[in-house]
Amino acid sequence: MTKRAALAAFAALGLSVSSAAAGPTIDAVKKRGQLVCGVNPGVAGFGLPDDKGQYTGFDVDFCRAIAAAVFNDPTKVRYVALSAKDRFTALQSGEIDVLSRNTTWTQSREVGQGFLFGAVTYYDGQGFMVRKKLNVGSALELSGASVCVQQGTTTELNLADYFRSHDMKYEPVVFATADEGIKSYDTGRCDAFTSDMSQLYAERTKLGQPDDHVILPEVISKEPLGPVVRQGDDQWFNLVKWTHYAMVTAEELGVTQKNVDDKLKAPNPETKRLLGTEGNFGEGLGLTADWAYRIVKHVGNYGEIFEKNLGEGSRLKIKRGINALWTKNGLQYAPPIR
Amino acid sequence: MATIAGAPPKVRPWNDPFWRGLAYQVALAVVVGVLIVGAILNARANMQARGIPTGFGFWDDPARFDINQTLIPYSATSPNSRVFWVGLLNTLVVAGVGLVFATMLGFALGVARLSRNWLIAKIATVYIEAVRNVPLLVQLLFWYNAVLKPLPNPRQSIALFDLAFLNNRGLFLPAPVPKEGFVALPLALGLGVALAAAFAWWARLRQRETGAQAPVGAVSAALIVGLPVAAHILAGAPLAFDMPQLKGFNFAGGFRLTPELVALTVGLVTYTAAFIAEIVRAGVMSVPKGQHEAAAALGLRAAPIRKLVTMPQAMRVIIPPLINQYLNLTKNSTLAVAIGYPDLFNVFAGTVLNNTGAAVQIMFMTMGVYLAFSLATSAIMNAYNARMALKER
Repeated sequence: MTKRAALAAFAALGLSVSSAAAGPTIDAVKKRGQLVCGVNPGVAGFGLPDDKGQYTGFDVDFCRAIAAAVFNDPTKVRYVALSAKDRFTALQSGEIDVLSRNTTWTQSREVGQGFLFGAVTYYDGQGFMVRKKLNVGSALELSGASVCVQQGTTTELNLADYFRSHDMKYEPVVFATADEGIKSYDTGRCDAFTSDMSQLYAERTKLGQPDDHVILPEVISKEPLGPVVRQGDDQWFNLVKWTHYAMVTAEELGVTQKNVDDKLKAPNPETKRLLGTEGNFGEGLGLTADWAYRIVKHVGNYGEIFEKNLGEGSRLKIKRGINALWTKNGLQYAPPIR
Repeated sequence: MATIAGAPPKVRPWNDPFWRGLAYQVALAVVVGVLIVGAILNARANMQARGIPTGFGFWDDPARFDINQTLIPYSATSPNSRVFWVGLLNTLVVAGVGLVFATMLGFALGVARLSRNWLIAKIATVYIEAVRNVPLLVQLLFWYNAVLKPLPNPRQSIALFDLAFLNNRGLFLPAPVPKEGFVALPLALGLGVALAAAFAWWARLRQRETGAQAPVGAVSAALIVGLPVAAHILAGAPLAFDMPQLKGFNFAGGFRLTPELVALTVGLVTYTAAFIAEIVRAGVMSVPKGQHEAAAALGLRAAPIRKLVTMPQAMRVIIPPLINQYLNLTKNSTLAVAIGYPDLFNVFAGTVLNNTGAAVQIMFMTMGVYLAFSLATSAIMNAYNARMALKER
């Protein structure tokens, strides 16, 4: 075998590898007949298997919405449970198509690591949970405390920033999963547990005595959470982004899972464009004209998903707060579909 | 065509086994080389196409996170390179302490299993069989979650004479603080060791000539411990102790061992010791019974027989598999990640990788470090083995 032959063989190998990687994700998903979605292994409200082993949650419903748009069937998803530490490697390597796992949108994750964040599905901020009997009323009284935190998160970095900027000492106790972190906090290894506010409410339900713990009022960071894709496939990026905007638009127009069939006959041109009875806005995404109809029909609008998983319909009872629509003093705002 | 008798017939190079062999070797080397270079270039191109960082620019970027056990000064503003060294030292601490204690416990257990005392032998057997056959990860989680975490909180610590405190935040010990005149202590210690060595040498010479034995152990202990203590008193107590004190949430001051460090070390030691015990037992049993009987017939007691006759011969069988156990212990220390101990694999190949996205570079560096550890350990142990091996003359 000559060197040239080997090189040629290898070049062919290399080409085939890179072409497989650069190919449009949507074609790969359709061909596979299944979306592969990276989700949280276990945070109540966001991603958690229920008693039948089915994944449920706010982030999981986002995967189902994409599957509904692509296949007209929200069950065509394979879920990959990922720790905070492993999630980016899984996305980078192409193991998953989209990461929907309460991941914070930061500049370095987009610019430095080659990812794109589709949209902000949940505006969050970092907080602290402590035992009531410690009589701590503010995070500023936590100097000298041991704090349990999850590894490889913005939470871990914000924690360091917060204590440094307030000139306080602390001991970080770092775990690979949120589950180990909250268990260690529960057994008393740490004085405080820190995470995104939404997760604190969710994790508190897992504690032995949830009422013995209090969430401190300080929100020490901005945590815009959203779905993540790899760079280099603009069509797929658009599809993920507009899946969220379709759900927000549906809420804005009062289109719900229940009334979506009636709304097909609604005269409102915005509703018509959303549901695909006028124009074909799905085509550019590699989808059919009724893509948004499928999402609302199978999964629901943004408000419905929120209430079901996180709000009044759930155990967490999280208020909409800044996640309300922009028309209701919130931050959820979708660009127009036209 | 006349050929000269006796001269070898002329062979074409492609029919000559030497040249043919060489050609195959070169071809194989070229293929392997091309594959390696191709893999590197391919990975590079693919990484660049996906916007993944390919260089070592991350090395000097600030780490931005904190670590709860640092043997060298470290803060969140330190560069990622500092994280590497912090993690490396944390790994070395566990591996180093683990090797020493696993060896001691392993030898004790191995000898105990061979003991003629029925109870001791059975206890050692049960321990070895139980520990050897439960996965290490399960044992680490047991030590961490079932033994150390249920300890009381700092305000209800278990106190030992108000010197040491044990609670679910770790073990707090008095920390030595050197003061003026401290230099006398290490000097006294050095002198003690030197005198003890001289005494042992003298005792050996005297035993060879006269047969009389001297209490080497007791005298050495007195010299090594007694001299520094005397120096401490004479120099006006230059060594103070910083006592741990309950302050706010936790103990402040003193010297602290985190529960993660304790769990990992105890787990690795107890697990590896069970394997070492079996190696020691095999080594001792490999020494022919006649050796023991002959030594006993000469009138030697059990301890000298073990020290002078059985063990030196057993070591030749023990050392090679012992090297394997040392390597295993070091490699198993990466299980630290399961209980949150900040070793190299956890903080560098975990958090730094996650923050920078430089997966390929960091994984190769980490693998290189463990490879270097293992090769260094086995080089040292091989040298020791060569010294202990049977010298054939």
